[in-house]
Amino acid sequence: MAAEALPARRLAWGGIVGEAAAAAGVALALALPLIGFRTVETNAALGIETRFGWVAATVAAVFVGRLLLALLRSLHLHRKSVTRPTSPQPSPPPGAERERPVEREGEVGGRRFRAFSPTWIGALGIAFAVALPFLPFSSRYLVDLATTVVIYVMLGWGLNVVVGLAGLLDLGYVAFYAVGAYSFALLAQRFGLSFWQGLPMAGLLAAAFGLALGFPVLRLRGDYLAIVTLGFGEIVRLVLLNWVPVTNGPAGIADVPRPSFFGLPFERHAPPGGTTFAEFFHVPFNPGQRIVFLYYVILALALLTNAVTLRLRRLPIGRAWEALREDEIACRALGINPTLVKLSAFSIGAMLGGFAGAFFATRQGFISPESFTFIESATILAIVVLGGMGSQLGVVLAAVVLVCLPEFGRAFAEFRMLLFGAAMVAIMVWRPRGLVARRAPSLRLAGRDGAR
Amino acid sequence: MAYFLQQLINGLTLGSIYGLIAIGYTMVYGIIGMINFAHGEIYMIGAFVALITFLVLGVVGVSYVPLALLVMLLATMLFTAAYGWTVERLAYRPLRHSFRLAPLISAIGMSIFLQNYVQLLQGARVKALPPIVHGGFTLMQSDGFSVEVSWLQIGILALTLALMAGFSLVISATPLGRAQRACEQDMTMAALLGIDVDRTISTAFVIGAALAAVAGLMVTLYYGVIDFFIGFLAGIKAFTAAVLGGIGSLPGAMLGGLLIGLIEAFWSGYFSVEYKDVAVFVILVLVLIFRPTGLLGRPEVEKV
Amino acid sequence: MRPPLLEVEHLSMRFGGLLAVDDLSFAARAGEITAIIGPNGAGKTTVFNCLTGFYRPSIGRLTLHRGGRRHLLERLDGFRIARDAGVARTFQNIRLFAGMSVLENLLVAQHAPLMRASLYSIAGLLGLPGFRRAERAAVAKARDWLARIDLLARADDPAGSLPYGAQRRLEIARALCTGPALLCLDEPAAGLNARESAELNRLLLAIRAELGIGVLLIEHDMSVVMGISDQVVVLDYGRKIASGPPADVRRDPVVIKAYLGEEADEELPPDIARDLAGRG
Repeated sequence: MAAEALPARRLAWGGIVGEAAAAAGVALALALPLIGFRTVETNAALGIETRFGWVAATVAAVFVGRLLLALLRSLHLHRKSVTRPTSPQPSPPPGAERERPVEREGEVGGRRFRAFSPTWIGALGIAFAVALPFLPFSSRYLVDLATTVVIYVMLGWGLNVVVGLAGLLDLGYVAFYAVGAYSFALLAQRFGLSFWQGLPMAGLLAAAFGLALGFPVLRLRGDYLAIVTLGFGEIVRLVLLNWVPVTNGPAGIADVPRPSFFGLPFERHAPPGGTTFAEFFHVPFNPGQRIVFLYYVILALALLTNAVTLRLRRLPIGRAWEALREDEIACRALGINPTLVKLSAFSIGAMLGGFAGAFFATRQGFISPESFTFIESATILAIVVLGGMGSQLGVVLAAVVLVCLPEFGRAFAEFRMLLFGAAMVAIMVWRPRGLVARRAPSLRLAGRDGAR
Repeated sequence: MAYFLQQLINGLTLGSIYGLIAIGYTMVYGIIGMINFAHGEIYMIGAFVALITFLVLGVVGVSYVPLALLVMLLATMLFTAAYGWTVERLAYRPLRHSFRLAPLISAIGMSIFLQNYVQLLQGARVKALPPIVHGGFTLMQSDGFSVEVSWLQIGILALTLALMAGFSLVISATPLGRAQRACEQDMTMAALLGIDVDRTISTAFVIGAALAAVAGLMVTLYYGVIDFFIGFLAGIKAFTAAVLGGIGSLPGAMLGGLLIGLIEAFWSGYFSVEYKDVAVFVILVLVLIFRPTGLLGRPEVEKV
Repeated sequence: MRPPLLEVEHLSMRFGGLLAVDDLSFAARAGEITAIIGPNGAGKTTVFNCLTGFYRPSIGRLTLHRGGRRHLLERLDGFRIARDAGVARTFQNIRLFAGMSVLENLLVAQHAPLMRASLYSIAGLLGLPGFRRAERAAVAKARDWLARIDLLARADDPAGSLPYGAQRRLEIARALCTGPALLCLDEPAAGLNARESAELNRLLLAIRAELGIGVLLIEHDMSVVMGISDQVVVLDYGRKIASGPPADVRRDPVVIKAYLGEEADEELPPDIARDLAGRG
């Protein structure tokens, strides 16, 4: 760091090449065992193949990359040192370091995104989402894909309350998704509840799970909380897998009821004494009708989630969440009960996850523990992080990218999580508050003067 | 009794492996106060490097087992340590003064990345390895049940003890160890006194990764089956071990590892195999709630 | 004589082998400014941390009289001390919600009444008039304070972007927005220049005069301490070595010795003598 702070007037070629060579050396050590050799199964025994060409390519790429990076950096420094010889910045007072990244992020984000108002983008996006099934290029496949996207948007928004607003790192969010899905499936199976009766129950049960888990662990430091939620997600999966009498174990639960349109089912043939959606509205039966209906159900759920979240953010509880994320100690000194505030965020996030889970169950018609692995939690977290924690719009963008990426081909599907993992690291290093993060205050003084 | 003894031996073996991984968590936590979520993945990489080294030795034609084991040990430690160093350099060092959640999220990202990296390069299938170290002896026999101790188990326990002894010596008696301990106490002050803090932190990652690599090697030899996902569970369990022993305490990590290994062995032996992982998580939660400083940890005073 | 607002009796705080505060007793009154001074490491901030619930004292009783009720602070959780007993504090290294706006900082401080008005968010979600009224009142209160500390123009900026002196003022305003009975200020003048420091003096005197609350002050800047405090408590190695009106304390030979070390006699270096003598 100290060396970088000095303005490089001339390029120090020796140093730069040396650095690049060192990086290439490390790359060689990294690449040799895992890239250079590949284990292969040859008739029941393990064999090995070599791929030294890949190693050479990796090492060369790292060398060139590091060289370019160093060149860019020194050119950048050089230019800065010309335009601004010595920035006469006063040494920051102690405690000011914490504030600086926020300030800088706000500035950068502000400059770039001021041109597009989030409200307008949001309105356009909603209009597009509502019109989607009726657009000329629309198809059954597209609506189905869009449904998946909106499920992840909803999960992302739910987790955003916990991670983005309250600053609690929940690595087991999938547990609440699973609790919602299984609650609905079991309630429907055992007590014959319909989707619309089961949905609120599933949300409430997930929230109750959130409370039960959160109450003991939310006093813990942030990183302990992360690992406990990670463990909790795994416990839920293991219980679903092994508690066969109730959950039917790895075989899962089939025949989860489909939602009806105010009591009108989407079936070809009406149940005895009933009417189907198609008969009632005198339209020909088409299996696509249910797909479109499911899409609208999740879209409505997601939009409701968004409306409630945005509203909560402007209420005292939402401000307390954000304050807690910024500084828990200061919150305590202001008379805010941190455990209670965290618990509210945690259980609201859990409830939203539960709703999404119930929808997932009804859409698939079949659920098994396989759908609720850690990878799922990681995916949802990646959506929230890449979208810029706390940004509702960012979550949508990230969910679209993440869900649609595999559709572009097998290679994208395989590399998706690799890329997302790398992107999570890169974003934390490069712009820790996320891509779209520009926080607007929950309440402005300036606007109010004229309004009231 | 015999059954108990057998579980005890199995538990100690397993516990040694957890303990070696737990040291990596606790060292990093002691110095920079963060949980290195990617550490389980480092262990998984260690297991893969061990497997690949073994296969390469087979191709080259090294058939003398002690020599092969020694080469595997050294190669695994070396190459895995390089991963440990790189993870710190790329994913954590730039974030040292960033906001609270940044290093944690970066670590999760790194963990996802490494899992998929190994999966893509080495395939998603489970890798099975024929046993390399054969044999053992019967310790005792009663009620028609014989207590078997394999040479491999003896080897694992002995190597763990040797590594622990060497490691304690390094921490207590070398300049490197002094620097580690100084950074644990007060990083700013250590830097003012001329300790290269960056290098000290890097060293902690390198040592932690090398020990996790040994654990990976042991698991490859002991169970003979590995895949790209083994780091996840082992990571959580080793972390539980570190917390149980008192995070930040090195003897605590080893003690916690042994306890977790024993708990797992006895739980599977006497209750149910299905819920052995649940048992470990429940212990983690209980320890965090009722005794967050663990068995040997120091209480943390909140700085206001 | 007014009754004491805060009574500290036999307070001791031990960290392992270190006795940071040793059998400290004093009282602070409403409508007075009580300063706690002492060399670095004398245990001043530890006293604050005990008072505000961040540490649980090893021994001692901390009683706060508010509205005819006695609150035993050593038994309360930190957030209850602030919410129920009405003890507000600032921090030596400013702890604002840096990413939130200046106005939001002051609204968070009014969390408890706003939460009640929003019926734990239910009325707030529905946008009921009762909550809107409460919110307007809270904003009005915040606006008054912003006008007082001269930050009205920056109400919607992130608190972290304010200059240092403004951050200190904002932190004090935020503490006052909780409607406290006792305000604890941990080195409010640290890092301020002479003009800002004088402004701070005026602000504290105004708080004392208008709100009639008690102020507890840790400070190194003797011009602040001597200028505005009604009572001074001097700590050294965790023990109280002197207390009384500032005029008496600054002539106390024990205090002078504690500040200058054992060897120093009556001979003070001129700048320190001037500091101790103060300007008020």
